[in-house]
Amino acid sequence: MRTESEIGYNSKIEGDVVVTTVDAALNWFRKNSVWPMPMGLACCAIELMAVGASRFDISRFGSEVMRFSPRQADCMIVAGTVTYKMALATRRIWDQMPEPKWCIAMGACASTGGMYRSYAVLQGVDQIIPVDIYVSGCPPRPEAVLDALMKLQDKISKQPVIEKMTITNLNKEAA
Amino acid sequence: MTSLEAAKKLKQRFGDLVSEPTEFRGEISVTIGDAEQIVEVCTFAKQDLDFCYLVDITSIDNYGDDPRWTIVYHLRGLRNGCELRLKTSVSEEKSKLPSILTVWATANWHEREIYDMMGVHFRDHPDLRRILMWEGYPYFPLRKDFPLAGKPSDLPGVAFTRLTPMEGGPFVTVAGGNSAMSREPRIRIPETDSIETMARLERRKEIQEAHGHPKGPGPIEKK
Amino acid sequence: MPTVQDIEVKDSAARHAQAAEQFQDERMVLNMGPSHPATHGVLRIVLELDGEIITKADPDVGYLHRGDEKIAENMTYTQFIPYTDRLDYLAPLANNVAYALAVEKLLGIHDKLPPRCQYIRVMCAEMARISAHLLGLGAFAMDMGAVTVFLLIFTEREKVYNMAEAISGARLTTSYTRVGGVMRDIPPTLLDQCQKFCDEFIPALNDIETLLTRNRIWVDRVRNLAVISKSDAIEYGLSGPNLRGSGVEWDLRKNQPYLCYKDLEFDIPVGSTGDCYDRYLVRMEEMRQSVRILQQCIKKMPGGAENKSKEPVNVDNGKVILPPKQGVMTKMEELIHQFMLVTEGMNCPPGEIYFGHENPKGELGFYINSKGGGVPYRLKIRAPSFVNLSIVPKIFQGAMISDTVAILGSLDFVMGECDR
Repeated sequence: MRTESEIGYNSKIEGDVVVTTVDAALNWFRKNSVWPMPMGLACCAIELMAVGASRFDISRFGSEVMRFSPRQADCMIVAGTVTYKMALATRRIWDQMPEPKWCIAMGACASTGGMYRSYAVLQGVDQIIPVDIYVSGCPPRPEAVLDALMKLQDKISKQPVIEKMTITNLNKEAA
Repeated sequence: MTSLEAAKKLKQRFGDLVSEPTEFRGEISVTIGDAEQIVEVCTFAKQDLDFCYLVDITSIDNYGDDPRWTIVYHLRGLRNGCELRLKTSVSEEKSKLPSILTVWATANWHEREIYDMMGVHFRDHPDLRRILMWEGYPYFPLRKDFPLAGKPSDLPGVAFTRLTPMEGGPFVTVAGGNSAMSREPRIRIPETDSIETMARLERRKEIQEAHGHPKGPGPIEKK
Repeated sequence: MPTVQDIEVKDSAARHAQAAEQFQDERMVLNMGPSHPATHGVLRIVLELDGEIITKADPDVGYLHRGDEKIAENMTYTQFIPYTDRLDYLAPLANNVAYALAVEKLLGIHDKLPPRCQYIRVMCAEMARISAHLLGLGAFAMDMGAVTVFLLIFTEREKVYNMAEAISGARLTTSYTRVGGVMRDIPPTLLDQCQKFCDEFIPALNDIETLLTRNRIWVDRVRNLAVISKSDAIEYGLSGPNLRGSGVEWDLRKNQPYLCYKDLEFDIPVGSTGDCYDRYLVRMEEMRQSVRILQQCIKKMPGGAENKSKEPVNVDNGKVILPPKQGVMTKMEELIHQFMLVTEGMNCPPGEIYFGHENPKGELGFYINSKGGGVPYRLKIRAPSFVNLSIVPKIFQGAMISDTVAILGSLDFVMGECDR
């Protein structure tokens, strides 16, 4: 088993025992099984479905199933335009997701409102949800979504596990 | 029967109420002088002229002109392939005209959309409420004096406009707890849920004020 | 609690009547959506249930209302083309063709397009039709549990995406057509690619049919469900496969032909009973007919694959479509045309038109009211999905909850179009 520890591992010297930090192990588990919750709202949802289909298989990155129930998901991929009418439903679903959770804003509409600068569109889902990764494109190619997932995995692997819980709670206080 | 003949028959039946048919790009339009009689005109068109299909109802805001609203009906006869456009005008003070739901059932949602976007009321519509914007949105967005970027308004309530029976039920966690255990419902009483959450958040605020961070005095060895 | 209920009752109206007599006051209100795996986008339906049977259904649309019509009043006709992609985002090429034809009708040039342009547009529309029907079918099947179909159709859709990318550069949101023509001529390899797709698609479609069409579970679930009678279909303004599934022979490609559909041979599948199974069968057969049309287009394309005879692809009118770049850089008149088209848009005459196009979901209509100039005064999009959804309160009554996904899947709507 490959570990993330900085100590070099040589099974001849150290035997068949793996020594690592809690952070590294937990992060390794977390990042390799990020189950997305597809908040598929508009056209980006179709590209998200294509990412899940056989050509750009997302399950080889660990996202085995697209969990439609927020309580069973790790990462919310906001794919599509968030309108003001939909905003509170989106926020509510985000609140229902258990920690640890991340958010990928997929596409121009979710990142900044996209080309819809109008009375009904929330100009970016980061107005209501803390976003970890923004993916540009209208819609982003499936390869871009996979790249975003890989960047998210990098981000997860660097995060100190214990402190993250505190930081998120502070965010909740502020919100 | 061609569209022009149908339009002429309409004019013959209603006389001065219906204008002379005009043609543009192969389409025939007539204007109905009085919007109040639109139901009679449409009933005649459906029953006698065989316009069985209502394609679309549109509204136009003639900002600065009086009458301000023009409502446009597109009729089509599936058997003979005729198409006809009926236009009628409503002034801004009145902003009301009869609904043609009794003639074609599809008018229901079209008229709701016109009410939502332009603010024109349809009398005798059983359920005239907003369809694209949320209930309680205070403006009519497609009017010419409403800016594209919109005006500030209250965000709508959550996806439910009334409490559904399952809200606050036994399987819904309480938001705001700082750990999975505190969020997990054990014995839940829906009526006191919000009171509990508020009390929990208040307590955390007190702890924050007392200690500088929300988790109390913290571990014995500070990192 | 009901004691012994006869669950063999298939007629939904009778079930409804039976249930209503006994349980007047025990109704539960269930909210389905807006975030729901089976509602094909953000649709919210508030269901009033009597046990498992729905007594009232109230769809709540507008969760994807982006204000397209108001945006159109602020943009030139060409600037609005990307917004049309995102209406029915399963078939963006078809929306582009519909919009371009509408503005061309306003200008009076919609029947003066060069033949190569017409054939290219027909090919785009039919490819989009195949793509949209495939996804509608896949989503329908997946919601009912047949997940294999979903993955199978995506393989075929990826081939259509490859072709769309070859034509326009983008997989999904192509923005390919322009008023007066298309963005650029098709690449030389496209017709071969299309022929290969047609050859591979029919066996794949046959595979999918063996999974579903005569499958006992599928037939039991969708047969005699949500029957829409002929008169209801016309009353409620349904269009497309929903209308044809109920037995009405109306297809805009045959009844009000545009582009070069008059020269092509194809049939229109029409259903007999108007239930979900018929609508499914109509869509399957429409895909086969689209392949037939595509093969004819490939053979008949004016100029052939490589356009050796230099057939024009755009209308020869610098006031409507951008002139070729060599002219713009060297000649004065073309430079002025380019400048005026980009800054002010094409000068449309004052007047109003309505143009309906046979989209995969139904009749996509554009009503353009112009007061002259390059910006429309009012642009109304007659969305087929909006009108098709208005029949939901009627056909949900008496159905069971598990039937809702079947009915929604068979109606095949897209919220991007419904809410605009």
